[in-house]
Amino acid sequence: MTEGNAGVAKKFLYVNRRAPYGSIYALESLEVVLIGAAFEQDVSLAFLGDGVYQLTKGQDTKGLEVKNFSPTFRALEDYDVTKLYVEKEALEARGLRAADLVVPVEVVGAERMAEIMEAQDVILSF
Amino acid sequence: MLHTVNKSPFEHRALETCLKFARQGSAVLLIEDGVYAAAKDTAVSRQVQEALKTVSIYALKPDVEARGMQNRVMDGVRLVDYGGFVDLVAEHNAVQSWL
Repeated sequence: MTEGNAGVAKKFLYVNRRAPYGSIYALESLEVVLIGAAFEQDVSLAFLGDGVYQLTKGQDTKGLEVKNFSPTFRALEDYDVTKLYVEKEALEARGLRAADLVVPVEVVGAERMAEIMEAQDVILSF
Repeated sequence: MLHTVNKSPFEHRALETCLKFARQGSAVLLIEDGVYAAAKDTAVSRQVQEALKTVSIYALKPDVEARGMQNRVMDGVRLVDYGGFVDLVAEHNAVQSWL
């Protein structure tokens, strides 16, 4: 930021609740995260419900002929976006573990997730 | 009757409703986010296993692969490609899409 609230980084949380490919939400969220990261804000990502499916390993979209954007999550680290929180209950209900995901994440219960949400300045939902 | 379900069973009731009305011997094809129902060891896998006793359940392979579920498909659910989708439509008297 070069004017106005110069140097004041706000806390942004992107809340992802949709599976990839079935709708455009997941891809659009990732695009916005990448744009936002260029403005050097304090960015966190939360994955709730079906949103955890965005991070599954082994995605192969050749048959669908759409872009496989799951590798892009691995690039977030280069933008200093390293706070990825995944809902524990959502993972368990889907038979998944943190090791099944393409990036390191912090698996948190609902109460901790609520605290993370409470601590934000801006929350964007996808 | 061929039933198709394209919604995740964790966020929608489409699959549950479909299975309630699917008669013995009919076929259910999971497509798009519906393929998540084909995964084993989930909160809905027992429901799908129970349904397999009376109906045939298929999942569209390109949708399964796109979502990284290819190594998680439960026994009894058969994968079909787009050609197989067409065959299922041709084999059944009608198609009911549970959107």
